Amino acid sequence: MLTRFANPARFMRVSGVVLPWLGGACAGVLGLGLCWSLFIAPPDYQQGESVRIMFIHVPAAMMAQGVYYLIAAASFVALVWRHPLADIAGAAAAPIGAGFTLVCLATGSLWGRPMWGAWWVWDARLTSVLVLFFLYLGYIALVNAFDDPSRGARAGALLALVGIVDLPIIKFSVNWWNTLHQPASILRVGGPSIDISLLLPLFVMAVGFLLLFLWLLILRMRTALNERKARALSLYGQPAPQGEDSDAALPAVRQVWR
Amino acid sequence: MTPLLGLFWCDLRLSLRQGGDIGLVLGFFVLAVLMFPFGVGPEPELLGRIAAGIIWVAALLASVMSLDRLFATDYADGGLDLIALSSSPLELVVLAKGAAHWVTTGLPLTLISPVLAIFVDLDPSAIPVLTFGLLIGTPALSLLGAIAGALTLGARRPGILVSLLVLPLYLPVLIFGTGAVEASLAAEGARAHLLLLGAVTLAALPLAPLAAAAALRQALD
Repeated sequence: MLTRFANPARFMRVSGVVLPWLGGACAGVLGLGLCWSLFIAPPDYQQGESVRIMFIHVPAAMMAQGVYYLIAAASFVALVWRHPLADIAGAAAAPIGAGFTLVCLATGSLWGRPMWGAWWVWDARLTSVLVLFFLYLGYIALVNAFDDPSRGARAGALLALVGIVDLPIIKFSVNWWNTLHQPASILRVGGPSIDISLLLPLFVMAVGFLLLFLWLLILRMRTALNERKARALSLYGQPAPQGEDSDAALPAVRQVWR
Repeated sequence: MTPLLGLFWCDLRLSLRQGGDIGLVLGFFVLAVLMFPFGVGPEPELLGRIAAGIIWVAALLASVMSLDRLFATDYADGGLDLIALSSSPLELVVLAKGAAHWVTTGLPLTLISPVLAIFVDLDPSAIPVLTFGLLIGTPALSLLGAIAGALTLGARRPGILVSLLVLPLYLPVLIFGTGAVEASLAAEGARAHLLLLGAVTLAALPLAPLAAAAALRQALD
């Protein structure tokens, strides 16, 4: 399956067909999830209406973590098998993951204010997500720091692998640090085990966020591939050939991708 | 083995002869620590409470400042290409250069930390724990910094990029180092923290050269 989509042109063709359907599915599921979670799901007996922030916060947190694992997997594939699309996928996914992390932090902060009375607490989980955010930012900065985009993508791949190895160590040390500096009041995040009437819309929102991520990822990958083509065109300065008879042109510039 | 030792001594001699390097790192470290009493006030109780954190954070920042001279000068003048072409494995080259970096950065920081601890009113009973923690933690800083230094070769603005990349990686070292001092002040024993700190350094010892050598190969392609 991986080698099937190693050809950028085939990826562009298949993704061009899939993208509108994916976008429609994403809009549908997100719309359903938002209506269900904002209007139909019952308010929590303890937290009242502000529990509804959870329906954005938790899926965003799940995506923030999952996207980092995805970037690490894509980086592994890029470095070991030199898959041509893997490092593009990683570089394309990073800003989306950083966005999810930011949404998670911001919604958590907005949720925390009515719940705990504080905009921010140095809880182990919050601190880990903050560090994850900076890992994302470092990755994005590294990938964009080079004039040659493929050099940047490869360096970023290596950084993502270093990050994924270090992530359990960082989480462990943050947990350690937190247990030593335990605040006076124990904060209970999420309350008791979640009822099915809240779990189902949460699941729908999670699926919707996943579809949103996939749609954005494919869109960004297509853009990145088109950017590479435009770069190649400007570097080699050749006009688009007319028909199939000019074999002096590079294969990459043979057709215009929509 | 001899070429690697030669590389180590060569790097060491270069940074010692250029004179400024160790002095600059130490100067930054001392200044950064001395800024804090001006910032938070001179009360001994407050300063003593945050002293370990101040010294460790300043040590991290001073390490980060000096990372760009690890590979960048050799990369710029072509020496890194020659080193890569030699028969020594690139991973051991990273270890040799990292060791030289530690001797000129981490070791001086460790040696001057007891003096600085007095300035920030750290409880004298905790100074040995602080110094020992820095001794076993600063090699990890040099090794992890080598990864970041190698990754950013050829980048625009490598200096500030290195700090963005490496500070999340430094967090465990910071947490265990300061935790050790606080544990010893609370009479709980710093053994667990120091063991974990040593574990981070020992884990970085084989793994960081692997990553840094891969990054060097990418840069030299």
